[in-house]
Amino acid sequence: MDTKNIMIVGVGGQGTLLTSRILGGIMTSAGYEVKLSEVHGMAQRGGSVVTFVRYGEKVYEPIVEEGQADVLIAFEKLEALRYAHFLKKDGVLIVNDTRIDPMPVVIGAATYPDNIIENLKKDYKVYSIDASAVALELGNSRVFNNVVLGMAAKHMNFKKEEWLKTIEEKVPPKTIEINQKAFLRGYEEAE
Amino acid sequence: MSDKEIMLGNAAIARGAYEAGVKVSSAYPGTPSTEISENIVKYKEIYSEWAPNEAVALETAIGASISGVRALASMKHVGLNVASDPLYSISYIGVNGGLVIVVADDPGLYSSQNEQDTRMIARAANVPVVIPSDSQEAKDFIKLAYELSEEFDTPVIYRTTTRLAHSQTEVELADRVEVADKEYTRNAPKNVMMPGNAKARHLVVEQRNKDIAKFGSTSKLNKVEMGDTSIGFITQGIEYQYVKEVFPNASVLKLGLVNPLPKDLIKDFASKVDKLYIFEELEPVIEEQVRAMGIECIGKEIFTIQGEYSANLLRKAVKNELDVKDAAQVVGRPPILCPGCPHRSTFFVLNKLKKHATGDIGCYTLGAVAPLSVIDTTVCMGASLAMLHGMEKAKGSEFIKDWVAVIGDSTFLHTGINSLENMAYNGSTGTVIIMDNSTTGMTGHQDHAATGKTLMGEEVPAISIYKVVEAMNVKNIVEVNAFDIAALEKAVKEETARDELSVIIAYAPCALLKGQTFPYRINVVSDKCKKCGMCLKPGCPAITKNEDGTVKIDASMCNGCGLCSSLCKFEALERVEK
Repeated sequence: MDTKNIMIVGVGGQGTLLTSRILGGIMTSAGYEVKLSEVHGMAQRGGSVVTFVRYGEKVYEPIVEEGQADVLIAFEKLEALRYAHFLKKDGVLIVNDTRIDPMPVVIGAATYPDNIIENLKKDYKVYSIDASAVALELGNSRVFNNVVLGMAAKHMNFKKEEWLKTIEEKVPPKTIEINQKAFLRGYEEAE
Repeated sequence: MSDKEIMLGNAAIARGAYEAGVKVSSAYPGTPSTEISENIVKYKEIYSEWAPNEAVALETAIGASISGVRALASMKHVGLNVASDPLYSISYIGVNGGLVIVVADDPGLYSSQNEQDTRMIARAANVPVVIPSDSQEAKDFIKLAYELSEEFDTPVIYRTTTRLAHSQTEVELADRVEVADKEYTRNAPKNVMMPGNAKARHLVVEQRNKDIAKFGSTSKLNKVEMGDTSIGFITQGIEYQYVKEVFPNASVLKLGLVNPLPKDLIKDFASKVDKLYIFEELEPVIEEQVRAMGIECIGKEIFTIQGEYSANLLRKAVKNELDVKDAAQVVGRPPILCPGCPHRSTFFVLNKLKKHATGDIGCYTLGAVAPLSVIDTTVCMGASLAMLHGMEKAKGSEFIKDWVAVIGDSTFLHTGINSLENMAYNGSTGTVIIMDNSTTGMTGHQDHAATGKTLMGEEVPAISIYKVVEAMNVKNIVEVNAFDIAALEKAVKEETARDELSVIIAYAPCALLKGQTFPYRINVVSDKCKKCGMCLKPGCPAITKNEDGTVKIDASMCNGCGLCSSLCKFEALERVEK
């Protein structure tokens, strides 16, 4: 198998690290060589953050570069736009249809682009979901990332049961059920 | 035991320390090195601690080493500047139990104030440098570094970078091997660095350099992979992965022991390849020495000194083939203070009073950016106070009436304390604001001497910052809740007007600290909103404008600190009990 390249992008504090740990967990269990790269420190304070996950028979560099991502998981629209050029020609973009204004927009020094998802669809294979709304409906706004992950899971070669088991291993014990539910909502949405 | 795990580079270093029989670890948190200590503490066989700064951390490790056990100090690259005083001398003294100093560089400046290259400092201090290239090596090379340290009687710098420290790759674990404590014997000519002794030790250091360079040519730390000989790379660390990604068949000399360089090995490798590239992030440390050996090579003329490397960078520079789309030109998303951050209200008040601030290192460095825009300078840990003092001595007390120095609690205890000592001693009339959020925030909430808890989880009496300040004969000390903007405004006005040194302690815990919650949520009463924009001034990311000019609050972000509510004169932002 060729090395597969996954990226998770979002806003610092959205929980990209947890998602990458679930991805790392499932790929390791499947016997692949896995390399992950994360951002810690200042960018986690509301900045633009990106996490790379690569898996395959033999993996060298731990980062995914421009034009190489098979799946780009974006927890926020503007971040999807910022990193879309990392996608391969036939790569898939999974985007949480939510908007978080960066500070230059909040203070009126810049504008938030219009119609991001519609425009991305012109160039890329895009699947979007308002995961934040789904998560609120489930009763915990923080589980939105597993809704998005559920949707992205359709584009990776692992079974549903394996995903649920990995989620069980990686999330805090009290939140296993709601996180699995969130995942399944995204997973079903993709069908 | 032979388990495989996927591990963060920093966690692998901690594991390596455990397996290598390390007994004492001391550190000051700093991205990207922090997780080393946070993982070491999981191993009960190792005593581990947060020290107030990197010099103290290294000196503690030196004490442990000289007493006869394996010891470790860890820090970020700029931390080594603080610790360089002990570094240069311990290089002369050498070790008893092995001594490894882990130093994490930050090419690409993910979370630092500069992009310095630790290898340059190591060369100046005549200390060997070991560099791993993935988590497996990050663990395994620690053991080799201790062997090197003890065999050659030298401290060893273990140099990582952000990418290695914060990548997770597979690691095969091994058991801990206990290392017998070495006996301590009194040896003043070796351990007391005064001129007569140091002269003799300097000669030992010079010889040691030569010996290690020779050792490097056969050491397991360095590896030759001969392949296609038309192209050869000398590389190190994470850069090796990029070389393998782009040129899987090229010949590679991968250096794990980078200082002193294994000259014989390099000469031999260079003679076998037609075209030699030196692929190293940051400064041309290897390249310049290779050139000085009279070997032709290609390096910084095509590879940048600034920033982080990648496979694409290599493709573009060497193969000149890179067909990628340009990034969309979109508005940036710089880091910001979190919703509910107590620093925001302090900066809001300073901004309102049109104060300038000499700033320091921590989350509150973000007080430099719009809309708060209060901080004028940031240099290094602890500089804010001393710089305000210097400004006054240069331009007089009137000049600094519009200025304050801002510093966090952890940074104050790190090196700010010395600067306050100087202000008190040398007649400053400045105003210092200690922004006390009860933690080391930016690096992810580490305890320090004023939090009452140690790295190993022990409850201890907390040092009182108030009493420390008081003990320096500072007459004007005002404690104020950072969210009480009226009291804070009054304090800043009064203290900056005063012709005496003042310290304001603006306290309120970091919003992300465990157990830190506010009792209410904020509800927008839209028909009361006069669209004045007052609540938007502090730049809280949880509150934004609607199309019609009224405001909305993102409930998933807001944590109910109430700063916006206390600014609204029209009661449009009401506090509702949670």
